[in-house]
Amino acid sequence: MAGHDKTKPFHPGASAVEQFGWLRAHRFLLLRRLCQAGVIGLFLLGPLAGIWIVKGNIASSLTLEFLPLTDPYILLQSIFARHWPEATGFIGAAIVLVFYLLVGGRAYCSWVCPINPVTDAAAWLRRRLRVTSKTSLHRNFRYWILGLTLVLGTATGMMMWEPVNPVTTVFRGLVFGMATATWLVLLAIFLFDTFLARRGWCGHLCPVGAFYSLPGLVSPVRVSAVQRDRCDNCMDCYAVCPEPQVISPALKPKGSNDKGPMIVSPNCTNCGRCIDVCSKDVFAFRIRHPGHSPSHHQQPATTTEVSS
Amino acid sequence: MSETDRTYGPAALAGASEGTGGVSRRRFLTGIAGTACSVALLGMGLTLYSRSASTTAPNAIRPPGALDEDGFLASCVRCGLCVRDCPYDTLKLAQLGEAVAASGTPYFIAREIPCEMCDPIYCVLACPTGALDPALTDIDEARMGLAVVVDQETCLAFQGMRCEVCFHVCPVKGDAITLEQRHDRRTGVTSSFVPVVHSDACTGCGKCEHACITEEAAIKVMPTHLAKGHLGEHYRFGWIEQQRAGGEMLAPYDKEHEFHLPEGVRYEWFGEGLIIDDPGVPAEPPPADPIDTLNEGLEGLDGGTR
Ligand code: SF4
Ligand code: SF4
Ligand code: SF4
Ligand code: SF4
Ligand code: SF4
Repeated sequence: MAGHDKTKPFHPGASAVEQFGWLRAHRFLLLRRLCQAGVIGLFLLGPLAGIWIVKGNIASSLTLEFLPLTDPYILLQSIFARHWPEATGFIGAAIVLVFYLLVGGRAYCSWVCPINPVTDAAAWLRRRLRVTSKTSLHRNFRYWILGLTLVLGTATGMMMWEPVNPVTTVFRGLVFGMATATWLVLLAIFLFDTFLARRGWCGHLCPVGAFYSLPGLVSPVRVSAVQRDRCDNCMDCYAVCPEPQVISPALKPKGSNDKGPMIVSPNCTNCGRCIDVCSKDVFAFRIRHPGHSPSHHQQPATTTEVSS
Repeated sequence: MSETDRTYGPAALAGASEGTGGVSRRRFLTGIAGTACSVALLGMGLTLYSRSASTTAPNAIRPPGALDEDGFLASCVRCGLCVRDCPYDTLKLAQLGEAVAASGTPYFIAREIPCEMCDPIYCVLACPTGALDPALTDIDEARMGLAVVVDQETCLAFQGMRCEVCFHVCPVKGDAITLEQRHDRRTGVTSSFVPVVHSDACTGCGKCEHACITEEAAIKVMPTHLAKGHLGEHYRFGWIEQQRAGGEMLAPYDKEHEFHLPEGVRYEWFGEGLIIDDPGVPAEPPPADPIDTLNEGLEGLDGGTR
């Protein structure tokens, strides 16, 4: 693997900027930030400007007085805590679930979650400061936490993640007023990710992301290393990717393990940052066609172009 | 890549078989043990934290229809839809670190903004989860808390003044609060009219606490479990049992053994007291030895020694 020059400052994406211009080399990043800000903006229009398009917060909301949306993970916590929610809650959760079944489960993480800009910023700072601390955390730990929050819920009869969930706490804070403690939680996550563990929070601990990865197992919208033969091993995509382990099986499969260029790991967040930073234009969003299981490795999953 | 993707979780089970010999097995087992320990510790921490961060302050009142506190913490997703639909800005969401209620859950402080007892009940209608029970449709049936005259030493009515503000603002006045006339022992000649709250009608809306004119309210709404006592299950109030039994304290066949009264004399509780059936015949004078009365009719049972 031809790594970058260790003596020079490392700017993943610099060659893509040179090649395609700054805007194109940041298009998905910009779109995501717009999307994240837009979601929060919609919720804030009510309290700030009196325009009530959306009410509530990311846990559960009502849009235009008729569209209910509920976070399915929170509803699941409630069911595990032995409460049977009202129909509105179920309908809202079903709509959200179907949406993420389509667009890729962890698209929630990269396009909606208010923590993501913070952990992205931490990852950026970590690269700039060249922090190399390692952690003994492993990426499956989040699934243990996910299971733990549900099982403990049944044992205690309370929702177990909501008292600490930084995702909903921060979003609620943004819409209903931030408490000092909420800022401190954000700061803690930022420092943890910057100095202690690379992508420590979202990549290893957060059960919300773990939950949303599950619909991603089947969701049709996927990133694919379509032009992987053009890869020049600059490693820029690995450097920016919040879940770099998902790239290798698609970009650099080992011999008979080649299951096609599509990134099928449910932990790919569909952030599109790899598409942005690749100066060889290797990656693109593709549609995974149902019926073509990615495990048929003789037959790479059929794909359709949806974006350049 | 500095990123090493060690997997100790369920996926590690798959990877373990690839290991060669004891070293990888030991690594695998240590990994599992480590994970198990961290998960257990985390679980303990989460439980302790959630428990301690879920206490509700005595002046924090849940919205109408809220399930009991345990049920509420299992059902409220902390969305704030109830807050948004409350026309009077009564409700607030507790903030993280605020020692008032579990983070993100709705509550109100009666002294700041009480509940106006809307009809229809907007907050209940807004709740998507049933944390505010949709079965509550009549706001008079709400039991958010219970008002208590907590300080008779400062309540003006108890000092003999005609205050009664709480009584007049109460949306269910006459049922939830009544005024009780009392002899004013200070003046010796006047009456005072003191507020008395009745738990069978008080909704806990907090209008009384909000309106109380003293600097610190003398009447306060509290969560019902704080405000209300509870008789032991074995406790019976005689007069209530009597009412239930249709006015009879004891089963009718027992009636004549109720009291060992002299012949021709009856006793009526809550009535006239001692009743002498035929005033023409003077009541038999009580025997010199009261034991004789008790033993009346038992003569001969113990061989006639008495
Ligand atoms: S992993 Fe958790 S905190 Fe990170 S982006 Fe996803 S939901 Fe948000
Ligand atoms: S593989 Fe690409 S789209 Fe997926 S998480 Fe990594 S950078 Fe984002
Ligand atoms: S009944 Fe009305 S005033 Fe009271 S909390 Fe509900 S919406 Fe607010
Ligand atoms: S609307 Fe219901 S679920 Fe939402 S915050 Fe209020 S009580 Fe909780
Ligand atoms: S809280 Fe006070 S005002 Fe409200 S119903 Fe009870 S006694 Fe009346």
